[in-house]
Amino acid sequence: MQKELFDYILRLADNSLIHGQRLAEWCGHGPVLEEDIALSNTALDFIGQATNLYKYAAELEGQDRDEDQIAFLRDADAYFNLILLEQPNGDYAFTMARQFLFTMWYYLVLEQLTNSKDSFLSGFAQKSIKEVKYHVIHSRDWILRMGDGTEESHQRIQSAFDSIWEYTPEMFEMDDLEKQMSEQGIGVDLLALRPTWRSQVEAVLQEATLTTPADAWGHSGGKRGRHSEHLGFILADMQYLQRAYPGAKW
Amino acid sequence: MVNPSPDIDIIWDWMKQVEDPEIPVLNVLDLGIVRSIAWSPEQVLEISITPTYSGCPAMKTIETDIGEILEENGITRYQIKTVLAPAWTTDWMSEEGRLKLHQVGIAPPVGVSADKGLLMGKIRTVRCPICGSEDTSMISQFGSTACKALYRCENCLEPFDHFKCI
Repeated sequence: MQKELFDYILRLADNSLIHGQRLAEWCGHGPVLEEDIALSNTALDFIGQATNLYKYAAELEGQDRDEDQIAFLRDADAYFNLILLEQPNGDYAFTMARQFLFTMWYYLVLEQLTNSKDSFLSGFAQKSIKEVKYHVIHSRDWILRMGDGTEESHQRIQSAFDSIWEYTPEMFEMDDLEKQMSEQGIGVDLLALRPTWRSQVEAVLQEATLTTPADAWGHSGGKRGRHSEHLGFILADMQYLQRAYPGAKW
Repeated sequence: MVNPSPDIDIIWDWMKQVEDPEIPVLNVLDLGIVRSIAWSPEQVLEISITPTYSGCPAMKTIETDIGEILEENGITRYQIKTVLAPAWTTDWMSEEGRLKLHQVGIAPPVGVSADKGLLMGKIRTVRCPICGSEDTSMISQFGSTACKALYRCENCLEPFDHFKCI
């Protein structure tokens, strides 16, 4: 039971950390100053959420590892984030399409987790959902602005959605661990969230004069540690210092 | 005999000296981030604090500053815990805190935090802290710190920070 919960927490934590790390790559490279600041703020929210989750995971494990060791001393095949989140940032349209699809999903997940039987998770969800609400508002604005903007921005955001869509089915995948956690009232029935997510996404895309891509084949494996080639590069960058100087502190 | 454990009310009062490092006009009580102060049966002082935002970089400094105030007052056995639930909300900000924000040109949070309409594009009216006009527009949801958004007044044309309502 503790082991399952530990693995479940890692999935959530790894999503937050990898997403935060990707967004942080925009720091100093944003298209305008306000967006640079917005994405850095958003990255900080996700890294803060990841820290809270890793601390709890360390507590569950009870082996004297701290949150930093869990984050910095694990290899790619021991990371359980969605493959969607490790995809390179691309242009601003791609980053915003990913941000929108992920945070619309994550908002629904957190909404369910506020009722989790695990008291840490429910507290965590109540805290984090407030932050994610702002992430949804921010990315939604950009989808509307780019979709219903110029010919160039419309084409870019549409092609971002077209190319990213195949990473979305993994968000709703219910494997044994997800089922077990959901049945115990700790986790979330992801499949049940899909119609709501789909219709909310569709409504915004429609308002943005965009076409919602049709569901087809999807990538899978991130939740079990099978990743795209991109994750290794993120970890190499992120973990370099702790690998080169183990235990280094500020 | 000297009482080694000062009264809880006195300790609450000391907390007024702990500033938010990012918005120094506010102290931790104005923000509502100190949730509880109590003596344990073993006479260890237990203080619970809650972050405004999950990734708030000020938390570590605030924890250190609280520790310093306690030590200055002769308390050596204390424990500062971070709690996530119940989640911090701007509804906990004191009236005095709101007034102080307004005085330094930061528009305080408006409305109630649990408003889901915002998700689908609802917009709140934020009053300009400089001229008082309601004719303002948002420049960015994210400002100089995690807790603020950036606005502009269409009347006096000044840009200003708004403390977001969460």
